[in-house]
Amino acid sequence: MSLALIVLLPFAGSLCAAFLPSNARNAEAWLAGAVALACTALTLDLYPDVANGGVVRFVVPWLPQAGLDFYLRMDGFAWMFTLLVSFMGALVVLYARYYMSPEDPVPRFFSFLMAFMGAMLGIVLSGNLIQLVVFWELTSFSSFMLIAYWYHRVDARHGARMALTVTAGGGFCLLAGAIMLGTIAGGYDLEQVFAAGRRVTAHPWYPVMLVLILLGALTKSAQFPFHFWLPHAMAAPTPVSAYLHSATMVKAGVFLLARLWPVLSGTELWFAIVCGAGLASLLLGAAAALFQRDMKGVLAYSTVSHLGLITLLLGMNSRLALVAAVFHTMNHATFKASLFMAAGIVDHGTGTRDLRRLSGLAHAMPITATVATVAAAAMAGVPLLNGFLSKEMFFAETIFAGGGPALRIGLPAIATIAGMFSVAYSLRLIHQVFFGAPAKDLPYEPHEPTRGMLLPSMLLVLACLLVGIFPARTIGPTLELAVHSILGEEMPEYSLIVWHGLTLPLLMSVLAMVGGVGMYLVRYFYGQRAVGNAPVSAPFDGRRVFDILIVISHRIAERMVRFASSRRLQPQLLLIICVAFAVGWIPLAAQGWSRGHAALTPVDPAYALLWVVGSSCAIGAAVQAKFHRLAALIMMGGAGLVTCLTFAWFSAPDLALTQISVEVVTLVLLLLGLRWLPRRLEIDEARRQTFTARVRRARDVVVAVVVGAGLAAISFAVLTREPVEGVARFFVERALSEGGGRNIVNVILVDFRGFDTFGEITVVSIVALTVYALLRRFRPPPESIELPRAQREEISQTGLRAFNPAVALPTGVMRVPAVLVRLLLPMAGLIAIFLLLRGHDAPGGGFVGGLVMATAFITQYMVGGAMWVEWRMRVHPQYWVALGLVSAGGAGLLAWALGRPFLKSLAADLHLPLIGSLHLSSVLLFDLGVYLVVVGATLLMLVALAHQSFRSPREWFVREAGQD
Amino acid sequence: MEILFALAIGVLSGSGVWLVLRPRTFQVIIGLALLSYAVNLFIFGMGRLVVDKAPILADPAATDPALYADPVPQALVLTAIVIGFATTALLLVVLLAARGLTGTDHVDGREPP
Repeated sequence: MSLALIVLLPFAGSLCAAFLPSNARNAEAWLAGAVALACTALTLDLYPDVANGGVVRFVVPWLPQAGLDFYLRMDGFAWMFTLLVSFMGALVVLYARYYMSPEDPVPRFFSFLMAFMGAMLGIVLSGNLIQLVVFWELTSFSSFMLIAYWYHRVDARHGARMALTVTAGGGFCLLAGAIMLGTIAGGYDLEQVFAAGRRVTAHPWYPVMLVLILLGALTKSAQFPFHFWLPHAMAAPTPVSAYLHSATMVKAGVFLLARLWPVLSGTELWFAIVCGAGLASLLLGAAAALFQRDMKGVLAYSTVSHLGLITLLLGMNSRLALVAAVFHTMNHATFKASLFMAAGIVDHGTGTRDLRRLSGLAHAMPITATVATVAAAAMAGVPLLNGFLSKEMFFAETIFAGGGPALRIGLPAIATIAGMFSVAYSLRLIHQVFFGAPAKDLPYEPHEPTRGMLLPSMLLVLACLLVGIFPARTIGPTLELAVHSILGEEMPEYSLIVWHGLTLPLLMSVLAMVGGVGMYLVRYFYGQRAVGNAPVSAPFDGRRVFDILIVISHRIAERMVRFASSRRLQPQLLLIICVAFAVGWIPLAAQGWSRGHAALTPVDPAYALLWVVGSSCAIGAAVQAKFHRLAALIMMGGAGLVTCLTFAWFSAPDLALTQISVEVVTLVLLLLGLRWLPRRLEIDEARRQTFTARVRRARDVVVAVVVGAGLAAISFAVLTREPVEGVARFFVERALSEGGGRNIVNVILVDFRGFDTFGEITVVSIVALTVYALLRRFRPPPESIELPRAQREEISQTGLRAFNPAVALPTGVMRVPAVLVRLLLPMAGLIAIFLLLRGHDAPGGGFVGGLVMATAFITQYMVGGAMWVEWRMRVHPQYWVALGLVSAGGAGLLAWALGRPFLKSLAADLHLPLIGSLHLSSVLLFDLGVYLVVVGATLLMLVALAHQSFRSPREWFVREAGQD
Repeated sequence: MEILFALAIGVLSGSGVWLVLRPRTFQVIIGLALLSYAVNLFIFGMGRLVVDKAPILADPAATDPALYADPVPQALVLTAIVIGFATTALLLVVLLAARGLTGTDHVDGREPP
């Protein structure tokens, strides 16, 4: 349980932090600090459970059949990382409290910082590969947010985008690799993966899978050739750099490599890729660090270099190297984070991080100078500091790595050279910033920061010293624990002591020291101008490649868009229709069209006549839609009526009922819309008769005829074949026994496929709200604002405004319809309820009932006028919609409450005195919900449209129109 | 009857396609309505044409599917009709809003040159 808390607490804290006021620096810091310390305490508390090789597990089953559970798993290695992430988090929070200025919106900062902490802890504690990838991507996203924290700066935006592109792209590869690995191993749980053992490396997929996983790990850990994003990520606030980009997130890559080391390593391919990338990063990063102007730039490239060192160790396929890698991971986190903090303090105190401007700060900031010097010494690998120990182990490993003679001599040589660079850039960093003559023209007067800002850095340096002097007593047990949990019983022999005697590694260390100092002196006296770009590594700068790739992909995308799309609707629709036609045609072309030989229904002349009318209406609507909208609308309604009669004719009473009521509301809807359409354009005969216009029309006629003929042909081919039974039997047999209704269509809708219907009424509700929202910002065209002619005439005749709300009955032609329509309302309501209630056993149901009710309401509006109706009653359609959704959802939840699946119908027969037996069913509640939603949504749309007649155009629009 | 039904689908869809390819918004709306009739009839027709066999159980024991019209296409079409109305409303309002903003009822928001 405490495992789950460790992961969930930061996310909960992130959510809370997001809602604190923007100036609550202290509250934010207390919250974040408390969360980080709580995680630390929980982790420490778990120590006894993992101490003897034990594993703590926390599983919440999610999709066990797919091998996917929420699975947290803590062994010694995970424990060490958890402690690192949470404790470092606490220190960074303390530091950030003083680093962030009062103007910065801190809720965003702490919220994302804690989200990152949670995601990182999630990676470390994941016991399932897929889950690990999810947390992995979460760290990429929170890192993106944190780098882009000062999003008004171009470099921040650019750096964030680059980091996200590279790491998320790697994460994508990792996902593919993880799926392959899970498939090879037969499960995604780490236990299953570990149990697969040598089967993994022997599998034919191994090379591809390995490359994919390594792409994920190397991008995350900023390894060559993906290292270029890390220096650009330095645009983030310094606490973020200290936490994410030195101590934790970039370690996720090496964490994964170490985690999967037992199953993935041990092959030539592993050695080649991992060592190659590590070696390149080690050397290039170290060389580039020497030529940076920015303090954080130096640290970023040195991070690339140190991570390269760790990667190199992991690639060596040696257990002892693994120990060194884990050890250096811890050491690097401590000294690099404290150096980043020192860089932030310098930046904070002087206003710049430019190495060319900074000088002699030791006078003004003695404590900072001391702390930074010790940390830099640890980075350079000076004895009695933790960096020395792990670097010594690294040197020893390069000597004993074996392999060919080139490797046996080359590897130690390169390691020594990299060590020299490391000494040189550490020296340069400290010497240029803190020593020499005090700088003159700094933006601020340098001063020592508050104690709170120094404390985290000091604690980390203290750790460097303690580990450096008493390694066996401080880090020893933890290291043992971590390595043991990776390697199991096959622990290598190693000794954590400062003095091993006069050995070859010691000689390499001394060489690196001396060489490094010499290198710095050369650099200092002769190379002062060669800053910015490192001469060696500049050609390998992946940033240019990245930028070029981005530009190229943009261009390709633009070309594709330009080639494949159009801003014009007509070509798009034509394309859709043609593609749909082709999709239907391809199987026919392969198999040939043939009519079936089922017995045909005898032709009824009445039906033929019906469709003579229907087809004429359809064609008439097609012809008249441009010239006479009302006529087209009426003819469309005619075609709809014939469709409705067809449903009735062929045994679909429910469809006929629904179709006719929908027909009515659609007609009302379009009638309401007609007013806002512009007057018909004068037909420009000359234009209609141009060649292109004729060709276009001819083409469209051909398309229309071909599509129509094609659909008719397919329909005929289907209709003349014997029916396939399909799933009909299931529904017919169970409608009454399980659904409790005789109307099978209705039972399907509200019971068997109730979830579908629930989704549908939700869609209808959303559409209604969208219509309402769109119409709120509606700008009526100026020429439609005038009152319609009929109303103007009535006013001129009677002197009264039509639809005067104060008058009970209108005078003139509207009197009779008004009386009739008002009488209609209660009757229509009764019929609607009747249809709703009988729906389960006879044609009817919530849809039809709702439409009938909505029609009754809307006729009141049409005949009485919106103002008159709303003067007397408010319908509040949005309440109907909400109530309907609650009712339908409640019917579903009711089943849950009784331990049945969602939306399972429940029925009960009650025997009441006087009334007799009563059949109650949750289905009725559901159908009632459908009814309410349909009434509410229909009314919401129609009433919103009707209300537009109260509108006047926006002023600017009138002005603009007046100018024409 | 089958041939009539198929021809009806053909005429409705042909008229609908022609209108959908026209430049004025009102034509497109009417065209979509006609197309949706055609498509609904087409889906409905997949259950074949059956007269006087409404899928309503008259006798609880009569549960042979051959006694009734196929209820599945009917259920599908029923929801399609209602959703069709909702999308028509949405389309109408989008077109009206576009008309208010652009001052034209051409589908591309501006008169062709």
